[in-house]
Amino acid sequence: MDWMLLLEWVIKSFVLSLILLGGFAYLTWFERKVLARFQVRIGPNRAGPYALLQPIADAVKLIFKEEFTPARAEKILFFLAPIVTVVPALVVAAVVPWGPDIQIGSYTLRLYIADISVGVLYITAITSIAVYGITLAGWSSNNKYALMGGLRSSAQMVSYELALGFCFVIAILMSGSMRPIDIVDAQRNGWFFLIQPAGAFVFLIATLAEVNRAPFDMPEAEQELAAGFHSEYSGMKFALFFMAEYTKMITISSIAVTLFFGGYLGPFVDQLPFLGPIYMLAKIVALLFFMVWVRATLPRIRYDRLMAFGWKVLLPLTLALVLITAVGILLAQEVNPNLIWITPVISAFAGFFAIGLVDRSLRRKAYAAR
Amino acid sequence: MLLEYAAIGIMILVVSLIGLIAIGLGTIFGPKRQTDRKAAPYESGMTPIGPGIRRVPVRFYLIAVLFILFDIEVVFFLPWAIAFRQLGLFGLAEMLIFIAILLVGYIYAWKKGALEWE
Repeated sequence: MDWMLLLEWVIKSFVLSLILLGGFAYLTWFERKVLARFQVRIGPNRAGPYALLQPIADAVKLIFKEEFTPARAEKILFFLAPIVTVVPALVVAAVVPWGPDIQIGSYTLRLYIADISVGVLYITAITSIAVYGITLAGWSSNNKYALMGGLRSSAQMVSYELALGFCFVIAILMSGSMRPIDIVDAQRNGWFFLIQPAGAFVFLIATLAEVNRAPFDMPEAEQELAAGFHSEYSGMKFALFFMAEYTKMITISSIAVTLFFGGYLGPFVDQLPFLGPIYMLAKIVALLFFMVWVRATLPRIRYDRLMAFGWKVLLPLTLALVLITAVGILLAQEVNPNLIWITPVISAFAGFFAIGLVDRSLRRKAYAAR
Repeated sequence: MLLEYAAIGIMILVVSLIGLIAIGLGTIFGPKRQTDRKAAPYESGMTPIGPGIRRVPVRFYLIAVLFILFDIEVVFFLPWAIAFRQLGLFGLAEMLIFIAILLVGYIYAWKKGALEWE
């Protein structure tokens, strides 16, 4: 029995990792295609039909590139940094439920690797570890650009982690549990996105900063820092950083879907459990499209404004949203269940108020500069 | 329940193995032509000036310390959020007091200029 359990874990881990890696490969294809369409280009179209073989060609090319270590780098840390970055990016997905239990004969297939009661805490803990990889990569390269890029991106990631943490608190408040499966189940009567739209929106902004995506792609500010923390990396080590960034996009989208967009829930999912992963995938692709869309639309934000936005806007805003949610839940519990719908109204108002304040402060600065 | 953590441990091993295999493939198949020029730190083609690792602005340290403070705050929120439905109004009042105390520190940090990047 124990042997079977061990075998099940190993198979599931391999399958999930390979799915995420395949997802990473085709996410690069997806991004290039979508960005090209945004810019009225065709994009890659040579390798295979619709350039579907492009990711494989890229992988083969990277394998045949030189595995290179600069002379004055810290050899061990330089080697470990890409692995330390890529492991948390993939391992976070272990607690995300991809669908309801599927019964195959006498065997119950559970579509997650671990069902732990503190799943959300686990997610926050593991995503924090990724900061180590980036800081170490920057520091061990013995390069000024890399050092600055690593410091900047680690400062940015820890700053936006606070807003992210409060968004997790909002989801926990509404579901009353830290188990991802319970959180999904609590959304049967309405996605948390509907109850707390501002919270979901802030979560999406904070995830963009957390995975170092545009418009928060400071570490890759090539005009200032060459390539940031991975300036000195080449070949497969560079590929691992790339892999970490894109798999993190996928896993963090899956977390956003679980917390705010109803997870694997959808019509007929109770009768036909295999629909669960399909719904999950559709929602994740929608969020990934949103991320690419943001990249195509918005210019990069200046670093001081980036930090100010994280600390002075998102942190107080999410704190206020936590309190608004708590009051809404309390009113719904004590007075009338329909009063829960006060929450989206007040929180949307709080969100617009924050946007107004940012706008006013920027206008004042522009005026002062003149 | 504790057994589930073993599953995560196996996942970590599997993923580390994938990373090592990826780097191993590159080491086996890639060319190895190290030259002095190539091994020098990259500085946009110029000869590197001074050491690569130098003193860093104290801002980053400040941000790290503030992060630790507020992250611990978030950790205190988590058990409260789970127990909130049982605590009711009492829980809300308690948390308001906690937030009020924290806001004092937050406003102090803001007024002292710890959140500015000039």
